Amino acid sequence: MKKVKAIVITGNGTNCEMETAHACRLGGADDVEIVHICKLLSGEKKLDDYHFLNLPGGFLDGDDLGSAKANAARLRYARTSRGLTLFDQICRFIQEGKLILGICNGFQLLVKLGLIPSLNSSFSQDATLTFNDSGRFEDRWVYLRINEKSPCVFTKGLKNLYLPVRHGEGKFALTSEKVLQDLKKRNLIAVQYSDENCETPVMKYPLNPNGSVEAIAGICDETGRVFGMMPHAEAYLHYTNHPRWTREILPVEGLGVALFRNGIEYIRKNL
Amino acid sequence: MPKSTTQPESAPRTPHPVVDNIPHRIEVGFKDGVKDPHGEKIRRMVASELSLSVHSVRTVEVYTLDMELTGSELKLLASGPFSDPVVQNYSIDSPLTDDFDWLVEVGLKPGVTDNVGRTALEAALFCIGRECPGGGKIYASRQYLFKGRLSRDDLQIAVDRLLANELIHCCEIVHRDFFDSKKGLKIVIPKVRGADNIEVEEIDLNVPEKMLLKISRERLLALGIDEMMAVKSNFNSPEIIAERKACGLSSLVTDVELEVLAQTWSEHCKHKIFNADIEYTDEKGRCRIINSLFDTYIKASTETIRKRLGERDWCVSVFKDNAGIIAWDEMNNLVFKVETHNSPSALDPYGGALTGIVGVNRDTLGTGKGAKLIFNTDVFCFASPFYNKALPPRILHPARIFEGVREGVEHGGNKSGIPTVNGSMVFDDRFLGKPLVYCGTGGIIPKKILGEPSEEKTARPGDCIVMTGGRIGKDGIHGATFSSEEFHEGSPVTAVQIGDPITQKRMSDFILEARDRGLYNCITDNGAGGLSSSVGEMALSSNGCEINLEDAPLKYSGLQPWEILLSEAQERMTFAVDPGSINDFLQLACEMGVEATTLGKFTDSGFFHVCYEGKTVAYLSMDFLHNGLPTMKLKAKWRSPLQDNPDFAEPEDLTGVLKKMLSRLNICSKEFVVRQYDHEVQGGSVVKPLCGLNNDGPSDAAVLRPVLESMKGVVVSHGICPRYSDIDAYHMMACAIDEALRNYLCVGGSLEGVAGLDNFCWCDPVASEKNPDGEYKLAQLVRANMALFDYTTAFSIPCISGKDSMKNDYVIGGHRISIPPTVLFSIIGRADDVRKAQTMDAKNAEDIVFLLGQTRDELGGSEYYAMSGFTGNSVPNVNAGEALKLYRALSTAIHRGLLKSCHDCSDGGLGVALAETAFSGGFGMEVDLRRVPVDGLDRNDSILFSETQSRFVVTVSPENKADFEKCMDGNIFAEIGIMLEKPVFLVNGLNAEIVVNADIGSLKEAWQRTLG
Repeated sequence: MKKVKAIVITGNGTNCEMETAHACRLGGADDVEIVHICKLLSGEKKLDDYHFLNLPGGFLDGDDLGSAKANAARLRYARTSRGLTLFDQICRFIQEGKLILGICNGFQLLVKLGLIPSLNSSFSQDATLTFNDSGRFEDRWVYLRINEKSPCVFTKGLKNLYLPVRHGEGKFALTSEKVLQDLKKRNLIAVQYSDENCETPVMKYPLNPNGSVEAIAGICDETGRVFGMMPHAEAYLHYTNHPRWTREILPVEGLGVALFRNGIEYIRKNL
Repeated sequence: MPKSTTQPESAPRTPHPVVDNIPHRIEVGFKDGVKDPHGEKIRRMVASELSLSVHSVRTVEVYTLDMELTGSELKLLASGPFSDPVVQNYSIDSPLTDDFDWLVEVGLKPGVTDNVGRTALEAALFCIGRECPGGGKIYASRQYLFKGRLSRDDLQIAVDRLLANELIHCCEIVHRDFFDSKKGLKIVIPKVRGADNIEVEEIDLNVPEKMLLKISRERLLALGIDEMMAVKSNFNSPEIIAERKACGLSSLVTDVELEVLAQTWSEHCKHKIFNADIEYTDEKGRCRIINSLFDTYIKASTETIRKRLGERDWCVSVFKDNAGIIAWDEMNNLVFKVETHNSPSALDPYGGALTGIVGVNRDTLGTGKGAKLIFNTDVFCFASPFYNKALPPRILHPARIFEGVREGVEHGGNKSGIPTVNGSMVFDDRFLGKPLVYCGTGGIIPKKILGEPSEEKTARPGDCIVMTGGRIGKDGIHGATFSSEEFHEGSPVTAVQIGDPITQKRMSDFILEARDRGLYNCITDNGAGGLSSSVGEMALSSNGCEINLEDAPLKYSGLQPWEILLSEAQERMTFAVDPGSINDFLQLACEMGVEATTLGKFTDSGFFHVCYEGKTVAYLSMDFLHNGLPTMKLKAKWRSPLQDNPDFAEPEDLTGVLKKMLSRLNICSKEFVVRQYDHEVQGGSVVKPLCGLNNDGPSDAAVLRPVLESMKGVVVSHGICPRYSDIDAYHMMACAIDEALRNYLCVGGSLEGVAGLDNFCWCDPVASEKNPDGEYKLAQLVRANMALFDYTTAFSIPCISGKDSMKNDYVIGGHRISIPPTVLFSIIGRADDVRKAQTMDAKNAEDIVFLLGQTRDELGGSEYYAMSGFTGNSVPNVNAGEALKLYRALSTAIHRGLLKSCHDCSDGGLGVALAETAFSGGFGMEVDLRRVPVDGLDRNDSILFSETQSRFVVTVSPENKADFEKCMDGNIFAEIGIMLEKPVFLVNGLNAEIVVNADIGSLKEAWQRTLG
């Protein structure tokens, strides 16, 4: 059987690389490498050598121009020693049927690069993640409802999640109502902030921590292989991560692992 | 020796000759109908804090580009990295809008660190893909567009109170009627104009004493007469004169040398008061001489404990490095350091606190061969944010300080990817003059790196001196000497700095990789005193150095040599790199986007030798620099202050009193602050700052798992109780240690492997004309140290690192505000299996409520007395012997899983601890005060609110009751009540009547309202 190789990109303010790599290992990846982005730019490492690209959380370039904006410019314009930009390499990565998971800052990056939702493979920016309605960064756990009809390979078979959000710019917004209708129609809204039973999407703070339209917490592209979400799946890998583990009976494995396992099993079957 | 400078990576360049008029201005704002949360937040604050009615506030981000760009490039930048096409609009070289009544633009003053501007330039260079002649520069500023009936004075108040700080910002306020809608505001480039002449001054010290003191004062040297005399006589020695002549110096001291000496000898760096010879007279007139408080109490305690532990000794490196190191698991050691950043935070709360946290990060990062940072802690002491009296000159309102400090630590911690796991806030109006901002950072370091013990490092003669990270500017000059003085009219504004967490994060990533590849021999951070201090300290191991200041990378030209050497510009580390590794070191730095520069070499010459463009500008013997400082001689005189004894009857409505206690600033929920700090990044969070049914109960301490494959935990806690100093600083210290240890034990921390950090913040303890009770304050300091020795040795908590900040006074005009003597005692240790950790929230109805420890008449300095305006005299005393016995039993019970919850009794005593246990767990509770083991108490309010130490409220399930009682056998404890399904909180009083009867929801509401 083929070995699944995951890459976790770090550098310039990314800070969840360690637990993201741990999640990939728990999810069954055979080879997991944390790679500083400078090694991709210098050509010392190349994306082609991996199947699963992780864009973890953090504060890329301090989010100084808005979340992930400066890094989006880096990926789009900085040429690697191989000539292509990293953006070109990522597009090729997607076309080869490989998987990308962006969490929090990584989700912001995917959206601002136009890689999701990328309706009709347009790679144009139709959505964004902007400042929370509260005007504040917040760390709080949220209930999430999964859209079982979504093509998202990461959420297959899952119904709900409970994970922390830790962001100041997580409010999902779209260019138009039409884009929203398209997202709904094609079931690209994979994860929504919900009530405590993980049944009904909610707009009410703090269950919906940022005021996202349609309570959107995560979306995928039409292939289902490129997926981003604000809540930190890699922050709930063990039951002692749960904020109430001293008072509730919980499975040893945290709910976040399943997302990674889904991605890795897909790769094992399809690539 | 290689001499080279590397620049951060950037895009390959293509020629692009078109030249345009500069500067340019790009403005970015939210589209109509899109919410502007920052503007909305300002509108709310203007309304609530200034009582001004404002219709709306919108924000506009402004980028001023001092670089040549074509029209299409400008459009590419404006529409690309600078704006978000989904929610924002932009304009180029014209105002975005004139739809406002007032416009306020806030930019940074020349030379102030501009993080957004720096990132904007990096992004711009990626986009245009070419070099920019002269490098180019981008400056960021922000506009606030106000709508509403406001006067210019109203706007000025909003600017002064909320939008800007005159020390770092420049501001423009324009009314719509005077605004040019086509051209907009006149573009101002905040470029630094440095001195045209670079010169080294020589200073004649052969002058009368009065003049020597004048030199010290005018140059902000903060040196006393004995010290100035020591410098003078050193430079008059014939031997020194001859040595100086040989390297081209006259017999006069240079400004560079004087500044280096002042910094090295500052209170901040040399802890002169802690090392002074003190004549201490106690209340009975008995006198004794203490040669160094540090050696006599702190160091001696650690040595005593280590000797007693013998083979079990878990200290690895204490008091010598940037931070202390203790053993943790088979493979790794732990590092922990806590610092204060009080003076800078008084001037600029945001920048002061931000540099506080990123500064202490560097301390831990630069400990041993370099540690990975795993947690931050923060403890703030402020005056009440609701303070409503007139403010003395140059003091910012406490609400402003609170928000600025909170935000500074938020940005520093969150952007560095380090979880903020533990902290607290203490309120007392004596913190008006100087707030206390304690920032701590823990790290983990492999026991061995490339086969060598990781705690060992030395700079060898011949090693290159390399500086990495940020560039040098005028920021932070005189920070070390400034913080060694009280806050006065002449306090230098250059002491203000703004941290840059991302530059530091890049550097941290680089350091860990360079460490594991063995690319350097020694590392330390650049904090107070800048290069002078970092190189000066590292040069101790090689016994000398030679620095070439002209090689130092500068933010702008025009810095004098002494400024380059002393600047405390942030985000810099200094390394000793073997000449054989220097190329690899510089190349790795270049690849990872970190600027690295060789500045000279370490030598064994015995001299601290500094050159500028080939000429010697400082030549100081290492011995004089580090050992030439005369020992201070001080007097301390203790008298027990007699406070008023409260004489009020027991209130009838104790339910109301309990609610009032819960809503007091020192007790109420701090959730609003805690949530704005990322407390679980790195994925190892086990006990978070908030716990319980609704994730909002106040955890006693933090537990985390830094190695994700392991179940071994790190436990972090602290204790702080300045109010007890009003009665006796001895007991203040004892209670702080006991509180820290209680918190630590509550979550399951192990008594084996625990260590402490002492951070003293004092009011000036050196008697003088303007400080008449200095001898008393010094006696308080002596007593606190005595307690530190007594209790750390009793509990076997070796202190591994600490810091003191001795001049926390504000003196302007006739006004003096002094902080209460305050010690933050922080604890770090281990939990062998995090799955055994416990939290403070009750877990089930029917569980039994126990109180561990005896309750005594110890309301002196309590929150309860303070609520009625009293201090009292019966300060809590810690009985270490009894306490330790109880702690061992409790620790065993927790590790055997016999408890359902465990919460310590601190501020507000038993009443508050019981209420917090109940409402955090979401269960009712009924207790009986007649069952509480007391000594000399006969009032319900006294039992509920006495602050006797060494007590815990725990809940135990009925099936574990017998085992638990057996485990606690031999200690004072009692079953005092039971948890209820029904959400009521009932307290049966001494006369069998119900004295407190409240819905737990209403108690929680009272607790959450104050800062909610």
